[in-house]
Amino acid sequence: MRRGILKKVIFMAAVVILILGVLLTGCKNNKGIEKKGESKTLVEANSLNGKILMLGSTSMEKLSNALAESFMADYPNTTIYVEFVGSGAGIEAVNAGTADIGNSSRTLKAEEKASGAVENIVALDGIAIIVDSANPVDNLSVEQLQEIYLGNTNNWRSVGGVSQPIVVIGRESASGTRNAFEELLKIEDTCAYSNELDSTGAVMAKVSSIPGAIAYVSLDVVNDTVKVVAIEGVLPMEETIKEGSYPLCRPFVMATKGSISEQNEVTQALFAYLYSGKGTELIKSVGLIPLD
Amino acid sequence: MESKFASIIGTDKTKTAVEKTARTIVTACGLFTVIAVLSITVYMVLNGTPALFLVGIKEILFSTTWKPNAAVPSYGILYVILTSITGTVLAIFIGVPIGVLTAVFLAEVAPKKLTAIVRPGVELLAGIPSVVYGLLGILLLNPLMYRLELKLFENSATHRFTGGSNLLSAVIVLAIMILPTVINISESALRAVPVSYKQASLALGATRMQTIFKVILPGAKSGIMTAIVLGVGRAIGEAMAISLVSGSVVNFPLPFHSVRFLTTAIVSEMSYASGLHRQVLFTIGLVLFAFIMLINFSLMKLLKRGGEGNGK
Repeated sequence: MRRGILKKVIFMAAVVILILGVLLTGCKNNKGIEKKGESKTLVEANSLNGKILMLGSTSMEKLSNALAESFMADYPNTTIYVEFVGSGAGIEAVNAGTADIGNSSRTLKAEEKASGAVENIVALDGIAIIVDSANPVDNLSVEQLQEIYLGNTNNWRSVGGVSQPIVVIGRESASGTRNAFEELLKIEDTCAYSNELDSTGAVMAKVSSIPGAIAYVSLDVVNDTVKVVAIEGVLPMEETIKEGSYPLCRPFVMATKGSISEQNEVTQALFAYLYSGKGTELIKSVGLIPLD
Repeated sequence: MESKFASIIGTDKTKTAVEKTARTIVTACGLFTVIAVLSITVYMVLNGTPALFLVGIKEILFSTTWKPNAAVPSYGILYVILTSITGTVLAIFIGVPIGVLTAVFLAEVAPKKLTAIVRPGVELLAGIPSVVYGLLGILLLNPLMYRLELKLFENSATHRFTGGSNLLSAVIVLAIMILPTVINISESALRAVPVSYKQASLALGATRMQTIFKVILPGAKSGIMTAIVLGVGRAIGEAMAISLVSGSVVNFPLPFHSVRFLTTAIVSEMSYASGLHRQVLFTIGLVLFAFIMLINFSLMKLLKRGGEGNGK
C-alpha cells in the first residue's frame, strides 16, 4: 500500500517537474529566436534611443498601446510611456512641455492651437448605427437618433418604420465607443438604455436576434447579420468619413508643440513609423481609418 | 497486510525518509490552499475598503445612482445588491423544487433504465460551461422572452423594452445552472436515509408517495438544506452566463427590467475602469465576497447541526 502511494506521489511530482521544464525552456527558446531576428534586420534601429511620453485620450488607448508596443519592438532602445488622462489634459500637457505627444480624440480648439499645439491627425474613427436586418428603416436624422437614445422616441413608427418598440442597445459606461457616440450627439450620461452590453460581439449578437433593436458599433466590425442605417442620408464608408460628410466620426489627433520636424528624434521616428505602410496596417488593425 | 510486507523489506532508514517526504509534500499542498484563501481575503479587504471611505459607505451601499463616468460621478450600488439578492432568491424558488423532485425521482421512483438516462443528463448539465448557457440564453431564451414582453406590455407607453434581456431571463438561466448541484446533493441525502424508516412506513400501510413525502424527505432535511445553500452560492457567484442575458443596466429588480448583478457589474466595467471607479469595483467584489462568506458560514453551521442530529 504505502509503496503504491509513494510511487504515485513520485510519479505526479515527476509529471509536474516535466511540464514546468517544458514550459520554461519553451519560453526561453521563443525569446532567443526573437532577439536573433531583431538584431539581424534592424541594426540601425538600435542607434535610436530615448524616452518619450504620450498623454491623453482614453478612446485612443488601443491605438496608442499598439503603436507603442510595435514601435518599441522595432526600436528596442526606445521607451514610449503612454498614459490616458483625457484629451484636454493631454493637449494641456503638450503645451506645458511635460509631454511629447498629446492624444486627443477631437480636433484642437483655437486657444489650444494658439498656445503652440499642432494638430496632427493620424486616423479617423467611424461609428456605425446598426439595426436588425428585417427593419425597413434605412435613414435617421441626427435629431431622431438623439430622441431615440434619450428615450423620447420609443417606437419605430415615429421615425418612418413599422410599429414596433425600439430596443436601445448601448455599451457599458467606460466604453470608448459609447463615450464617442454620446459626445458626438451631445447626450453624455443622459441616455436611457435598454441594454448595456460589455462587448462589441454581444452587441452584434443582440441586434441580429432582437427585432426592433438599434445599437452603435465601430465601423470595422459591421457584417451581414445586421443592417447599417444612414445618418442624414449618408452611409458610413471610408470615403464619406474621409470627406467628413458622415456625422458620426471623429479624428484621432496626436498633438505636438510645434510641427513634427521640430520634435526630438524619437518623436519624429514615431510619426514616420505611423505614416509608413506598417503604421497604416497598425491603424487598420485597431479598427480605424488611416489617412491617405 | 501489504503494508506490513513492505515494512519488512524496507529498512528503517528508507521508511522514515519516505514517510517524511510524503508528509512534507502533503502538508505543503494543504497549506497552499490556506495561503490562497488568506491572501485573497487580505487582498480583497485591502483593495475594497479604501473606496468605501473615499466615497462614503452610505453613498456606495445605499444610493441608487450608478454613473461612474459622469462629470460628477456617483457610485450607488443599492440596485445592484438588490438585484443579486432577488435574482438568487427567485432562482432558488424555481430551481430547488425541480431539483429536489428530480432527486426524489432518481432515488426512489425511477426504474433503473430511466435512471441510466437521467443521471448522465444531470451530470452533463453540470459540465456545460457557463458561457454556453449564456449564448443559448442570448440566442434562444431572449427572443422568446421578448415575444412575451411584447404581448404583456403591448399597450404600455412607459415600459422600456428590454429585448428579452431582463431579470426573468437571468433567473431562468440561473435556475437551470443550480439544478445539478441541488439534484446531486439532495439525491445522496435521500439515499442516506436509513432503509428501516422506509420499511416501517410502508409496513404501517402508507403508500409509496406518502412514505417519500412524509418520511424520507423530512429525514433528508439537513442534506437538502445543504443543497439549497450550495445552490445559493453557485447562483450568487455566477457571472458569465447572466452577463449575456440580463441586459446589464442598473435598474430596480423587476422581472421585465434590464438589470445588473454584483458579478456582472465587475465583469462589464473592470477592463476600462480606472482610479476611483476601479476601486469601487473592488468594493463590489468585497460585498460579493462578504455574501459568499456568509453563505459558507451558514453552510458550516448547518452541516454541524446535521451531523449532531444524525449522531443522536
